[in-house]
Amino acid sequence: MRTRTWAPYALIAPTLVLMAVFLVYPIASVGWFSLRQHTVTQPWKNGFIGFENFRRMLFDDPLFWQSLMFSAKWVVVEVGLQLVLGLCLALIVNETFVGRAMARSLVFSPWAVSGVLTTGIWILLYNPSTGIFQQLAQWGIGDPGTSVLGDPATVFPATVVTELWRGVPFFAILLLADLQTIPNDLYEAASVDGAGRWRRFISVTLPHLRDAIVLSTLLRAVWEFNNVDLIYTLTGGGPANQTTTLPLYVARKAVDSHDFGYGSALTMAGFAILLFFSILYLRLSKFGSRA
Amino acid sequence: MTQTLTRPATVSPPPPAPPRRKKHRDPSRYFRLHLPLVLYLLFTLIPFYWMLVFAFRPTGETALVPWPITFEHFDTVWNGIGFGLFFQNSLIIGVGTLVVVTVFALMGGYALARFKFRGQRVFLLALLCTQFIPGAMMLIPLFVIFKSAGLLNSLTGLIIADTAFQLPLALILMSGFVRNVPVELEEAAMVDGCSRLRAFFAVTLPQLRPALVAVGSFAFIGAWNNFLFALMFASRQDKFTLPVGLSYALGEFNTDFGALAAGGVVAAVPVVLVFAVVQRFLVQGLSAGAVKG
Repeated sequence: MRTRTWAPYALIAPTLVLMAVFLVYPIASVGWFSLRQHTVTQPWKNGFIGFENFRRMLFDDPLFWQSLMFSAKWVVVEVGLQLVLGLCLALIVNETFVGRAMARSLVFSPWAVSGVLTTGIWILLYNPSTGIFQQLAQWGIGDPGTSVLGDPATVFPATVVTELWRGVPFFAILLLADLQTIPNDLYEAASVDGAGRWRRFISVTLPHLRDAIVLSTLLRAVWEFNNVDLIYTLTGGGPANQTTTLPLYVARKAVDSHDFGYGSALTMAGFAILLFFSILYLRLSKFGSRA
Repeated sequence: MTQTLTRPATVSPPPPAPPRRKKHRDPSRYFRLHLPLVLYLLFTLIPFYWMLVFAFRPTGETALVPWPITFEHFDTVWNGIGFGLFFQNSLIIGVGTLVVVTVFALMGGYALARFKFRGQRVFLLALLCTQFIPGAMMLIPLFVIFKSAGLLNSLTGLIIADTAFQLPLALILMSGFVRNVPVELEEAAMVDGCSRLRAFFAVTLPQLRPALVAVGSFAFIGAWNNFLFALMFASRQDKFTLPVGLSYALGEFNTDFGALAAGGVVAAVPVVLVFAVVQRFLVQGLSAGAVKG
């Protein structure tokens, strides 16, 4: 359909304009700032400094490496657990049972809850004086006054569980949608051939889900890497920067110390890392090659 | 031949419900199905329940099943702290973003699905690349843009920002949905003398209803829940949204858990209700092929 070739351009024009102004231009300006010394509080020092910001980032800033390492750990742990639990949940609610529609609505519902609200809910649950652990202590399980968010040993698992609560439904929804496209004949054929339940899962279900799994893990990994709402409001990056991710570090550089130049360099680094790993992942997983 | 336009043939009838297995009495179902489901339900629901308890329990009490319940905390947050106004702001932003994102995504998705045009691949690639742009890291340049455009402390500004960040993915999803509606229907209508526009509205659009629900609800929930943009670009209290109000409640009223919980209920109820209604369409719509792009 090559008739009236102006039509598609007219249709995508609003999207192009919005993308240019709010996505492309900001990226370009961050790129420009990353090559400059630009501190709001010391404007007389501002100017072009080449790759000095990147040199400082790579060689003189242990907090950059620490936050990057934490970001990597956060993404791997969070996305891995969300995928496994989300797949299990999708398989469960794909079965036929009484009250299935209700069960789906309930288990998927945290997906609709914002990061800040998730924090609010879990702060109520975790708080040492009236939270769930205090309640359990009253019943003789655990110690009273446990503060999971204040203790360096438990702050990471506590944060991970909180984000799981909201993140698992995302995978469950996407994978359930894909599960429903598997033709029943495939399972029947496999059953006729004598395949047990596990065998059917490995040989029919998983291969069929592959593209959906690749796509959802990739989107989620990027999203979790960039996730600021929850960590910022739940732990604020603490205790002692233990839970500071790269975006949180950037926000702090930019907003608190007004160091736009250096903050921009950190941003470019984060962007480059995301792009590199995404392309690598798509290549390795042979995304879209399914016949 | 107008009959074909007013009542398009159902092309893809819903797949028949899978036959009920005879193994319903299979005892292993309790371990594979019911037990994990119940455990997961507890994990999902206990936090919600905990919030409800705090929201309806008079201050100072510790009962796990509060009775009689109180609405004092709702009065505090809705009238005292101003959640009534925040609710209104969030609603305007949510509905505004829903409308704009859905319309633009429909236009762009249709263009991607139904036309071949120069620059199409580049456009698609650009859409995908936007998914890697960290919103949190774009705050500085965006703030500069908003300031110079006079969009700070404006609900319109927030609708624009939310739209810009949600549109690319919505457009990709929508193009998958459009591609799933057989083009032959539209062509038949055009052979019958319909303009492309008329054919679209009469034939394709009705088939896209689940897609519109899915994309629209994504947009609404995303805008309703957005925190960073609202925090940075609307610092005046009369423009606060619910997440921003909540974040202040987290900091300032750290000891007033009743107010925090009541604010949480106010923020949660609309999205959770919307979601409970649309999740069926969401799963249906996504399984119609959008996941595979």
